[in-house]
Amino acid sequence: MTPPDLGIALVILPLTGALLAFLIHPHARWIGISTALAINIVLAWLLTDLVTSPQSYHYALGSWGAPLGIELHLDGLSAFMLMMSAVTGSGVSLYAFTCFRMQSTENDHSPAFWPLWLFLWTGINALFLSADIFNLYVTLELIGLAAVALTALAGSRAALTSAMRYLLISLLGSLCYLLGVALLYHTYATVDLTLLAGRITAQPATQAALALITVGLLLKSALFPLHFWLPPAHGSAAAPVSALLSALVVKASFYLLLRLWLELFHPIHNLMPDLLGILGAAAIIWGSLQALRQIRLKLLIAYSTVAQLGYFFLVFPLTAGQSGEMSSSAWQGVLYMLLAHALAKSAMFLAAGNIQLFGGHDRIIELDHIAQRLPLTLAAFSLAGISIMGLPPSGGFIGKWLLLEVAIAQGRWGYAMIILLGGLLAAGYIFKVIGYAFTQGQMEDSISETHPVPTVMQWAALALASGSILLGWYPAPLLELLAIGDPFHFLHPSP
Amino acid sequence: MITQSWLPLLVLLTSLLSGLIIFTLPEKSVRTRTTLNLLAAFSKVGLVSWMIWHIYQGQHYQIRIHFLPNIDLVLQMDPLAVLFVGLSAVLWLTTTFYAIGYLEGSPHRSRFFGFFSLCVAATAGVAMAGNLFTFLIFYELLTLTAYPLIVHRGTEAARKAGQTYLVYTVGGGVLLLTGTAWLHTLTGTLDFTPQGFVQQLPSELHPQLIVIFILLIMGVGVKATLVPLHGWLPQAMVAPAPVSALLHAVAVVKAGVFGIVRVLYNVYGIDFAAALGITFPLMVLAAITIIYSSLRALTQDDLKRRLAFSTVSQVSYITLGVALAGPISAIGGLVHLVHQGLMKITLFFCAGNIAETLGIHKISEMKGVGRRMPLTMTAFTLTALGMIGVPPIAGFISKWYLGMGALQSGHAWVIGVLIVSTLLNAAYFLPILYTAWFDQPDTEQTAHPETSHLLLWPPVITALLSLAAGLFAALPYTPLEWARFIVSFEFLQR
Repeated sequence: MTPPDLGIALVILPLTGALLAFLIHPHARWIGISTALAINIVLAWLLTDLVTSPQSYHYALGSWGAPLGIELHLDGLSAFMLMMSAVTGSGVSLYAFTCFRMQSTENDHSPAFWPLWLFLWTGINALFLSADIFNLYVTLELIGLAAVALTALAGSRAALTSAMRYLLISLLGSLCYLLGVALLYHTYATVDLTLLAGRITAQPATQAALALITVGLLLKSALFPLHFWLPPAHGSAAAPVSALLSALVVKASFYLLLRLWLELFHPIHNLMPDLLGILGAAAIIWGSLQALRQIRLKLLIAYSTVAQLGYFFLVFPLTAGQSGEMSSSAWQGVLYMLLAHALAKSAMFLAAGNIQLFGGHDRIIELDHIAQRLPLTLAAFSLAGISIMGLPPSGGFIGKWLLLEVAIAQGRWGYAMIILLGGLLAAGYIFKVIGYAFTQGQMEDSISETHPVPTVMQWAALALASGSILLGWYPAPLLELLAIGDPFHFLHPSP
Repeated sequence: MITQSWLPLLVLLTSLLSGLIIFTLPEKSVRTRTTLNLLAAFSKVGLVSWMIWHIYQGQHYQIRIHFLPNIDLVLQMDPLAVLFVGLSAVLWLTTTFYAIGYLEGSPHRSRFFGFFSLCVAATAGVAMAGNLFTFLIFYELLTLTAYPLIVHRGTEAARKAGQTYLVYTVGGGVLLLTGTAWLHTLTGTLDFTPQGFVQQLPSELHPQLIVIFILLIMGVGVKATLVPLHGWLPQAMVAPAPVSALLHAVAVVKAGVFGIVRVLYNVYGIDFAAALGITFPLMVLAAITIIYSSLRALTQDDLKRRLAFSTVSQVSYITLGVALAGPISAIGGLVHLVHQGLMKITLFFCAGNIAETLGIHKISEMKGVGRRMPLTMTAFTLTALGMIGVPPIAGFISKWYLGMGALQSGHAWVIGVLIVSTLLNAAYFLPILYTAWFDQPDTEQTAHPETSHLLLWPPVITALLSLAAGLFAALPYTPLEWARFIVSFEFLQR
């Protein structure tokens, strides 16, 4: 099988899994975990193929090419993102495999979780592979709906309220995006990315489409000041769901913005890159300050996501109008950070889930009663924290180093300071948690009853966190993967 | 001659792997843990001794791993690295013995010894780093691994101290990161080179180089406790005694000073740094640190706090010696890296013994301690006198070379600083000795042995080592000879 075939398999597998899990729901968790395993095997195969013959692929489904059929696009960036979703998804699946069985029998959510999660996975994989802006809309909508349903799964009042808000925001975002697509289609008579890239010119319709698409995607990826819906949604969902939302869902829309920017809007010079950069910087500061103020662990982690998302948006100013090498470096840095964040943030949410399960709450100053009896979970949180702070040796550090160096070399000291300040603030909120966790609690007057946490759930969190650290030890192969179809060397990959 | 070799990595792995394995051991398997700890510590000493032998014959070991585009990870054993690795290997061994005795029966020992080993591994990494990037990685790793040790007791005071420690060190790390990244954008290389690698940059970049120097020195200065960046160290005293001993003598503080030496010698080159005019301010800062913290030490009644301020003062001797930019003072500074380590670790071991056995933390309570714990107090006395600079103990050698070096480099005022500092050292150490030996104890004698063997012998041995380092200073393989050997690379081979 060629890499594009394998790519198609990566969409069909979770889709089949979702349908099966829906139909045979008593065995949903077994279907889910086997699907995750299958996806990993296929992905490993795909990556091997891609690395042995490095090129980017453009593939028409059923030989129906543009403008009518569905086209797939596979390059280093898509493979990288697929890998991110596969690794994070597997870790979370392993956790969910045990987690939903732990909950009391009267509200067992697992039959609902697995089909929704596998649908979400389908949407995410399809989004990373799609090559036309209308298909991308479909995948975006699929992701949005699945994510909202997953948020509501927790069933609490807070979860339902925030899921409702999330639904409205998500629909509004998709609508904006769709309007932009319609404008582009009307003007250039195609939705295929490659064809559009060849035809696009800087006229008012394009600018309007760019604005609509950008706003829609910013809403979905929760860039400051459009982040307001994220902390309540991510903070009230069930632990594995929060992990998926923070690690994957917001990144899907960010990826889309990045892809469209690189392929379509890059030649159209305007204020957009700097505007996104400034909003990103504001997100870093605001999100971190909010995280510092939180008294509940899950909300702290959610605000940390707001802050970390800000870093990703620095890619726009740091690659705009720069030489190939420097842009490449900034681009690699941000994507590396993205991957490290996916692993670290999912690990953090899973760790928070363990803590909540064990002690029944996630108030930070009372963590001493809990954390010391869950050493694996505490280790997971701390290791993930190191990557989030961007301290070596971790994936977060590699990303930060690459970004920082580009910012300094370009003399953009404002961005350099923001990158560093963000790291300091992150250290502040993460060590706040760790500090309380290390403090000796009075065991006798502590919580009356504790629930044991299954070892699998602890190890799932620790494995993801260790992944984010290991990324910092040997970055070369992944950076090489990203170089396949690097947009700054070959702006439009050959079909 | 530079040999590609896995040996430096092996030295690192002895403590890194043992640390990681210890985490997985259950709390109760004391025997396994102890065996593993000692095995690792002994094999490290063995490895390092073997390498010292070969390095003395002119061989350099290096391992280079491709990491990022145009950045490698480099570990190397050059003479300067050996000085620090050798010190850390020997003191890790003694501290391991001490810590096993000290923590007997206390909770969270697996966690403690795990982080303890990781901390030592990070220190070895700092010592062997072959470029600024590798240095940065291990320096930050050290920041992280020392934190759990400082907050080990888990009290509210420990948490606060840990917070203070982090504010300082993480902040310092950010400055170091900035300086390193900036330097890399200018030079494209970060490899430590004898006599530095920045002097070939065009002169219009010199102002930038000065700013980078300030960033780098502030970054490592936090750990080296240069005033006013020293505030975390006295607070970190809440840590258990073996941690304080390790922090002050080997790990954190020394890593900072070692960073200053590396930046001056192998990034800027001492001559170029002097020509840029950046060594003089550093020298003044070191002098201020020496005097100021000695004055602060005078007023402390808590024994460990007094020792902490004494550390702040003493490690600045190293900075001072290097910043004087002459070969003789450099010998004095570098040799003090080892001498101060040997002496300070003894003092902290002794303070720990007194606190553990008699429950005494304050100097005013130390009346007659000498009679109740004669061996401990003898070790304490010997090294306290060494700190003051009484011959023939190690501290005298350092001060002698520093003074001679100051004259040679034409900074005679430094002699004044040394004299004032010596007087102040005497003023804060001698009263402790007087109280301990000559005041009448409040309570009756205690029986022999004065404390457990594992607590008693490490300080006695390190005290004897610091005496030997002074007595036999002129023999080969002593710290002094090694410091001469290093200085010959920086100053004479041009």
